[in-house]
Parts: sequence; structure tokens; C-alpha cells
Amino acid sequence: MEQILFKGVEGAKLADVQSYLAIGGYGAARKAVGSMTPGQIIDEMKKSGLRGRGGAGFPAGMKWDFVPKDFKGPRYLCCNADEGEPGTFKDREILEKNPHLLIEGMIIACYAIGAELGFIYIRGEFVKGANVVEAAVQQARSQGFLGDKVFGTDRRVDIIVHRGAGAYICGEETALIESVEGARGNPRVRPPFPAVVGVFKKPTVVNNVETLAAVPSIVNNGGEWYAKIGLPPRNTGTKLFAVSGHVEKPGVYELPMGITLRQLIFEHAGGIKGGRKLKGVIPGGSSTPVLVPEDIDVSMDFDALAKAGSMLGSAAVIVMDESVCMVEQAHRLAEFYAHESCGQCTPCREGTIWQVKILERIEHGNGKQGDVELLGRVSSNILGNSLCPLGDAAAMMVNGFLKKFRNEFLTHISAGRCAVRSVAGGTGAGQKVTINADL
Amino acid sequence: MIQFTQEAMSRVERLKRQYPTKDACLLPVLHIAQREFGHISPEVMEYVAGLVGVSPARVYGVATFYTMYNRKPVGTYHVQVCTNISCHLEGSPKMLDTLRSVLGIEEDQTTPDKMFTLSTVECLGACGFGPVVQINDDYYEQVTEQGIKDIIKGLRSK
Repeated sequence: MEQILFKGVEGAKLADVQSYLAIGGYGAARKAVGSMTPGQIIDEMKKSGLRGRGGAGFPAGMKWDFVPKDFKGPRYLCCNADEGEPGTFKDREILEKNPHLLIEGMIIACYAIGAELGFIYIRGEFVKGANVVEAAVQQARSQGFLGDKVFGTDRRVDIIVHRGAGAYICGEETALIESVEGARGNPRVRPPFPAVVGVFKKPTVVNNVETLAAVPSIVNNGGEWYAKIGLPPRNTGTKLFAVSGHVEKPGVYELPMGITLRQLIFEHAGGIKGGRKLKGVIPGGSSTPVLVPEDIDVSMDFDALAKAGSMLGSAAVIVMDESVCMVEQAHRLAEFYAHESCGQCTPCREGTIWQVKILERIEHGNGKQGDVELLGRVSSNILGNSLCPLGDAAAMMVNGFLKKFRNEFLTHISAGRCAVRSVAGGTGAGQKVTINADL
Repeated sequence: MIQFTQEAMSRVERLKRQYPTKDACLLPVLHIAQREFGHISPEVMEYVAGLVGVSPARVYGVATFYTMYNRKPVGTYHVQVCTNISCHLEGSPKMLDTLRSVLGIEEDQTTPDKMFTLSTVECLGACGFGPVVQINDDYYEQVTEQGIKDIIKGLRSK
């Protein structure tokens, strides 16, 4: 299987520009800037069928094309490296091991949308990643790939590595934009969409690390070539699958779109740890509804997973074996969403706290009759009632657990204890939710 | 009266030249301020406001939104345990218990010698390698009970 994003990563120190150049690096950016028009690049992107790898799966070429062509004044590119969706650790691999691939993709994207400045918004905890990327940006600058005369042309492209500071919400594109501007990460009302009014009120494209890292291969080989990989026409290319939890070989696997969840868990990730049985699997990061063993022949693509009642999301696969208490996991995740809600929209701010309160009492054996129905109602009242997808994510997560493991919740309530862990409350979630008093 | 070192000051000047607006320098300048002063006190917020050219209220709003800006002093080593789902599955509650007993403190507390502060954090983005503990800038992955004891011991004898 051909690798695109991890090509050459094994054994080589691609973070060094010379090693990257040795495998043909920056050839695509040179070709794009030197011999293609922005329109031609956007056409190739559209032909490739590449859909955004951040979670929403929006066609990348179309997003680029939304930037108004007649706009006078600066436009910007933002690379979303705020990797924070629980279960997701794929972009970090590119940031730390193949930063020039990302930079090359950004040069091409900037040229295609007419931007002279790009930001890499990297989560604050990734100190190592930020240092690696910053060093790579400086190398690219000294090679003349970034700066006032990109590849000797009159084009100017530069990149600023902008560190976040510990806020999951800043992975949402309009919150990310606020954060680049030096503000609290409160998502904006859309429309207008960032392509029209983005960072500093200028047209802005926000793309995930993995999306931008796929761009050089599309420029090099053409959109049609890329569109043949995976499951054409709607789910093309390779995808980074991050597998964590109870598997023998957790890690990030680059595989074509459309392999099955079963293949991913049992062939690539080595199966369930210790020969135990699979109980549940979250297929696309914590926000996506959980699946059960009967579901795992599903194809790992945007459409098949949606049809199966879940989502591909960030393709972060979290595997849980038979020893896991599902009430405990739902509680732990609910605490996460309550902690990370920015507090702007009432349904999300209040609803996520209610989810935690109800799940906490169910987990610890104090659940009341009717709590499962109440939890479902609270979640349904969050869904679709906030500005950004954080509230939806919290609702979908809880509804997913209730749908697939309803009996486990009911048993917790009727027996007042966990049937899986034998001790009420299990290990208990270590985290106390502290609601931001400054809101 | 607090003041940045010359080196930090020149970094601020560089940021101001790079960014399209002065406001946009706020997050990076707060990161620098935390390096310089250890935590973001009200005095630091006012100082940063003056440097960046925004109101102290704006700095307060931003500094209180982002969890990485410490508003209380932390120890020399800030020990942060990831408690999110993948690490939880790999035993982060036990890791937290071990650290509580090794350090003799609870979460959000600092040891009397001001060496260690213990915190819990949400997903650190290293989910395949849990349990993950971040100490200052460094990630420690797939940490065992004995492993974390050795790490703490090593830091104590530094």
C-alpha cells in the first residue's frame, strides 16, 4: 500500500530540510508556484475529491474556491493543528516527523487562495511539535521557499507558528480564528463563513494538518491520481487512523479510505489486548457515537459511518474491551465536554453540566428511575441548539452510549451498582469538573 | 515593578513586527510572560496589557479562558496527568493515585518545598501511548507505576 503522508518517514529524519529535499520534497510547491495558475491548482484539488480531515469532511477544493476572487486586500490561511479531540493523535505524527510536508502544502494552499501569510495554530501542550515546526519554517525560509520571493518568484508567503493555550474549543474553526486574533475562543455566528470573513475580518481558509499534508501529492500526481485511491468518488485518498485503547498495537496507521473497522482493529492494530473480547468502539474521536461488535464490518469512510449512525470524524478509533463500564466512560467524556464548553450558548453550557450530574449519580449507584430518559431529553435539547458543534458532540456522545448500551445504564440504576466492575462506581473518574467561574 | 528580560523583550518586538495586529500578539506574549514570571498574576496581566497595547480587562479575559495560563504559582515541576478516555482506559486513575501518594498532595496542590504541583488535564493528544503524564514541556508516555516513581525520584535529586 502506497503511503502519501508517511512516505519516507520510517528511518529518515524528514524534519531536516535536506532529507526532505532528498526524497523530492518541495518539488510540488516549486511546480505549483512556478508553472500553475491558482485556478489550475483548485481544479486539481476538486478532481482529487479530498475531503477535510479535521472531522467535517467538507471538500477541500470547494472550500478554497469559496474565497472571493475579486477581494482586494490580504487573505489568510490557517492550519488547524489544535489536535484535541479525545482519541486523536494523528496530526502530531506529521508535525513532529514530517513538518516540511505540511509547510509545502501550506505554500501551495497560500498560492492557490492568494494568501501571503499562513498560521499554524498548534495546541499549546505540543511544545516539541511547535519547536520542530518552527525550526522547519526557518529552514524553509533560509532555502527561499518561504519569504518575500518564494522559489525566486515575486510571490510572498510566510508562516507564523501560533501556539494555543489549552482550549479544546479552539479546534472549532471560528474559535480558532478568535484565538489567532488574541481573543477568548468563543465561536462566531455563521454565516458569514471564514472564507468570506475570517481572521482579521479577511477571507480565510482553515484546513486541518492532514488535509494540507495531502496537497503536495495531488499537485505532483494530479487530482485524478489521488481520486483513484480509497473509495471513489466520495471517499478518496489515504487516511490516518489513530487507534488507542485496548488493542495490542495502538498507533497511527495510514491506510486507504474504506478499509473496514474490523480490518483496522484486528489486522493492523493487532486485535484486542490480552485476547479479551471487544465490547465497544468509538470510530472517529470522542464526539462520534459508539459502535458495538456487530457494527465493525463498516467501511471507514464518511458516508458508511454516517449510515451506521456514527461518524468518521477525525478517524480516531478508541477500542474498549469487555472489562469496561460504559457508564463510567460516558461520565468521563461528559465531564470533558462540560469542562471545555466555552459557555457562550445556554443549551451547551447548562446541558453539559446536567449530563455530568445525571451520569455521576448513575455511575455511583445513586441513579433514579427515569434518569436514562431524562439524560436522553437533556441531550436532545442540546442538539442543534448551539453555535458550534461542541454541544452537538456532547449530545451525540451520550445518545450513542444510551442507544447501544441502554441496559447497562438501566442496570446501574436498578441494582445501584456496576454489573461489569462488581464494585459500584468502578475506578471512578478522577476528574472533578470545575466550571469556569469567570464566565 | 516587574519587567521582562532583554531577550524576552526582543521576542515581543519581533512578534509585533510579524503579526498583522497588535492584539494577535496577546497569546504568545502571555506564554512568554509565564516563562518569565512563572504564573500570570494580576500584576503580570497589567504589565502584559501595557506591552501589547490592549486593556488589562482584555488580558484578564484571555488569561482566564485558557487553562495553560497558570493564575496561581506552580512548583518547579508541573505534573499533569491526562485523564481523558484513552488514558483512562489505560489506567490514569491509578496513575493519579500513585502520584498523590508519592508527592503527598492532592490535585491543584503544590508540595511544601515548592518542587511539584499536581494537576489533572483533559486529552493531551497522545492517546495511543497512555497513560500520559506531562511534566513541564515534556510528555512521558506509557508510564508504569514504577516508571513514574523513578521519574519523580530523578527530578527530586536534580
